[in-house]
Amino acid sequence: MTDDVAVLGAGMHPWGKWGRGFVEYGTVAARAALADAGVDWRDVDSVVGADTVRGGYPGYVAGATFAKALGWQGARVASVYAACASGAQAVNAARTQILAGLADVVLVVGADAAPKGFFRPAGGDRHDDPDWLRFRVLGATNPAYFGLYARRRMAVHGDTLEDFAQVKVKNAAAGALNPNARYRKTVTAEEVAASAVVADPLRLLDICATSDGAAALVLCGMDFARKHGVRNPVRIRAVSTVTPTYPNTVLDLPDIATDSAAVVEPEGVTFRASIARAAYEEAGIAPEDLSLAEVYDLSTALELQWYEDLGLCGEGEAAKLLREGATAPGGRIPVNASGGLASFGEAVPAQAIAQVCELTWQLRGTAGARQVADARVGITANQGLFGHGSSVIAVR
Amino acid sequence: MSRTRTPVVADWFTGEGEDFRLLGTRCSACASVFFPREDTFCRNPGCAGGELLSAPLSRRGRVWSYTDSRYRPPAPYVSDPELPWQPYTLIAVELEAERLVVLGQAVPGVSVADLEVGMEVEVVPGVLDEDADTTWTTWHWRPTGVAA
Repeated sequence: MTDDVAVLGAGMHPWGKWGRGFVEYGTVAARAALADAGVDWRDVDSVVGADTVRGGYPGYVAGATFAKALGWQGARVASVYAACASGAQAVNAARTQILAGLADVVLVVGADAAPKGFFRPAGGDRHDDPDWLRFRVLGATNPAYFGLYARRRMAVHGDTLEDFAQVKVKNAAAGALNPNARYRKTVTAEEVAASAVVADPLRLLDICATSDGAAALVLCGMDFARKHGVRNPVRIRAVSTVTPTYPNTVLDLPDIATDSAAVVEPEGVTFRASIARAAYEEAGIAPEDLSLAEVYDLSTALELQWYEDLGLCGEGEAAKLLREGATAPGGRIPVNASGGLASFGEAVPAQAIAQVCELTWQLRGTAGARQVADARVGITANQGLFGHGSSVIAVR
Repeated sequence: MSRTRTPVVADWFTGEGEDFRLLGTRCSACASVFFPREDTFCRNPGCAGGELLSAPLSRRGRVWSYTDSRYRPPAPYVSDPELPWQPYTLIAVELEAERLVVLGQAVPGVSVADLEVGMEVEVVPGVLDEDADTTWTTWHWRPTGVAA
């Protein structure tokens, strides 16, 4: 496949609760990515911003907001909103411009200053908005859905609370080694079990927090990378942005009900699995080829679900894979070597970009204490609300 | 002063007592069922589109999964911040005939300890919240083994 796009630079603003604005975080991450790439901002052809909807009006026009903060220089601009998939769609918009010959070098930025506590819908009485309705009619927060998925796994696959806790233990240990992570302390299974229940059966330490944070990438064509003196860059080989296939039969955020399968028989693959499948097909890569995976551990139980959806193991075998240590550092397929959202928390437009930053550092072999040995191929996976798929495959 | 009883969402459920039903729509062309009701276009990608007619859903189904809310949800969920938070239970219910899963609150008093995946539940009328003028009504799921 010749349609690779090079990752020339990656950068982050450390994640946490810093009490400042998303523009500041994004600009810090952008400058870090530009410095990492060795590219002058004035030489960037295009900037793509992943939107936040909680930063006030400028948040909806993130691309230009970051361009202004970096200093207007006339670049092409785009802004993307796809909830948690915003970052991956921003990467895809940048990649598409490069492959179409519209730009040589593109800066991708995502940043957020997240509110404390539960995410909530935008204000106003919006009776035609399913996201508003699930709160008004059911009080169904995001963790409520994570609780439903967790309980379902326990009933169908025999997962245990101890399995869920071990995901947190694993990710916290990885996050303790990551200077960009918000939480840098190891956690024990006893501490998970002692934390308060949020949405049965999940506890506070099973569920990721909301955070401030930012991540940025400098992407370019392979020709530009070579001319720039980078002969063997990390390459993005696939970006999956697929939608579900009707009927979507797994209850998903923020829906109140699934599609009906009474008339149209569902295809064999769930939406989450189809996201990964599209990425594998585009990249010409199989799960067995992976060195590592960065997945959306919005809850500990959801990380286990991704093992199966990514094809790291068969259906119902995720807890077994975890117990074997296959997904831990040093294992066959380390998952969330960065520490995951368990260690970072959610900064929605930055998350999917941050995952690609981690792949970049891992594939370069510059991930420091959390380095996955001989990393050659990595995948990211997440999804946005309302059927936004998101997965990126990077290789070296 | 008596409050007016008003559905929290118009046309999502209908009837009283034993006749209470969730109300979806059915496409007259392909027979696909939608809940919450779809009133504009049939969402089956293989359907040219037909008239969408109101269709009551099955009263009973099986628990697909369940959870609860130990912390007070944010607005627009309505709760009195002056009162201690009382968790409620959420149940996702699989309806066999319609082959879809519908989320709903359990009747008050049913906790996660009372539930199991696969258990039979039925839909019953319930009250979501009240303000000065209005009692906002909703649907609740109740295990069929529970009398109250």
